[in-house]
Amino acid sequence: MAEATTETPAPVRPKGAIDLNQMLKDSGVAEVLAELDRELIGLAPVKKRIRETAALLMVDKARRDLGLDNSPPTLHMSFTGNPGTGKTTVALRMADLLHRLGYIRQNHLVTVTRDDLVGQYIGHTAPKTKEALKKAMGGVLFIDEAYYLYRPENERDYGQEAIEILLQVMENQRDDLVVIVAGYADRMARFFDSNPGFRSRIGSHIDFPDYSDTELLQISELMLKEQNYHLSPEAKTAMAEYVALRRQQPHFANARSVRNALDRARLRQANRLFESNKPIMPEDLSTLEADDILGSRVFHSGGEVAGQTARS
Amino acid sequence: MMSNTGNRVTQGQFSFLPDLTDDQIKAQILYALKHNWAVSVEYTDDIHPRNTYWEMYGNPMFDLKDPAGIMQEINECRKTFPRHYIRVTAFDSTKGWESPRMSYLVNRPANEPGFLLERQERNGRAVGYTIRPYATLKPEGERY
Repeated sequence: MAEATTETPAPVRPKGAIDLNQMLKDSGVAEVLAELDRELIGLAPVKKRIRETAALLMVDKARRDLGLDNSPPTLHMSFTGNPGTGKTTVALRMADLLHRLGYIRQNHLVTVTRDDLVGQYIGHTAPKTKEALKKAMGGVLFIDEAYYLYRPENERDYGQEAIEILLQVMENQRDDLVVIVAGYADRMARFFDSNPGFRSRIGSHIDFPDYSDTELLQISELMLKEQNYHLSPEAKTAMAEYVALRRQQPHFANARSVRNALDRARLRQANRLFESNKPIMPEDLSTLEADDILGSRVFHSGGEVAGQTARS
Repeated sequence: MMSNTGNRVTQGQFSFLPDLTDDQIKAQILYALKHNWAVSVEYTDDIHPRNTYWEMYGNPMFDLKDPAGIMQEINECRKTFPRHYIRVTAFDSTKGWESPRMSYLVNRPANEPGFLLERQERNGRAVGYTIRPYATLKPEGERY
């Protein structure tokens, strides 16, 4: 957002004026935002929210530098969305962003799930949770599938204890730690309903929409490009078809499903090259053909693959 | 001791300086973390110089990136043992070192009575020396 405005010749500023765009440039935040745009496909609402957050933090920082404001803003966030919509990837970028803005001291992200926080027996949970928190101090703690922390069906569950410790640290050590909770939208909504304290301590809720078919196709091309592969034109149509079909089936996990499909396609490609018994050109090694994609279970066995879709 | 005019125990790093502030302690911990040393918090009320192995407060902390977590531990230890000596030790596990690289006090009792020097008369007018902290004349937990 800096680029467009910095081009115009700056008017003579009154003395003591603050140049937010200059601050943005100096902090390197503009770079992160540009990277976000370039490397993440789709997710328009998410990018918009991140821009807004960055702008707010920038202004807050300027205010704090002037001594207008000294209460640290609530930076804890919640990312909701279906699997494979890029929550972890965005969390990593968020850590980078917060680090550059000076809101966290270390540019690191510690990912934990219920297993890392909740113990097995009485007295096991508190040390475990504290250990995880200590590791994340100064950076970002990313709690994946956070709704698992709370299990209403089991009243002797130790999850509640972990939640209480988390809440305490989220409140008292706001300048030491930023917590990002992530999970499916509906389950997270239920989780927040049963833990109102959690909801109120979280500053921004960001919802990750599902990718459209074209976006998934773009993502698959980007993933392949990173590994120096590419799709032949026929394979591209096959891939588009695959994405549309795969979406109908259970356990569809957006970009993650695409990645798995591509891994399988590479496997089939390797097999095809072996069995072809023809001299292989360097070009062949990095091209995925339509057959490699069409070999997927998704195409020839209606809905019966449910149990194995994670691998298909 | 005569050389210790302030009547303060001088053990480990920085002990001839005024007590470190929390910010200074954090900066020192950060130095240790940058070198991948495992930092631990220890306490004792037996300050004899030959008492090398102090009680550990919690486990040594591995894989930490930021001093805030350790500072939290130090503060908890201070709360639990306000009148004990507390030190922070940074252990270097690389081959060839395998020993503490840093060790400094972060808490000391308000009143430090110092050490008693005992002389033993031996054969041929030889003298043996023993030092003993005055505080250890009392049982553990009631010193200081």
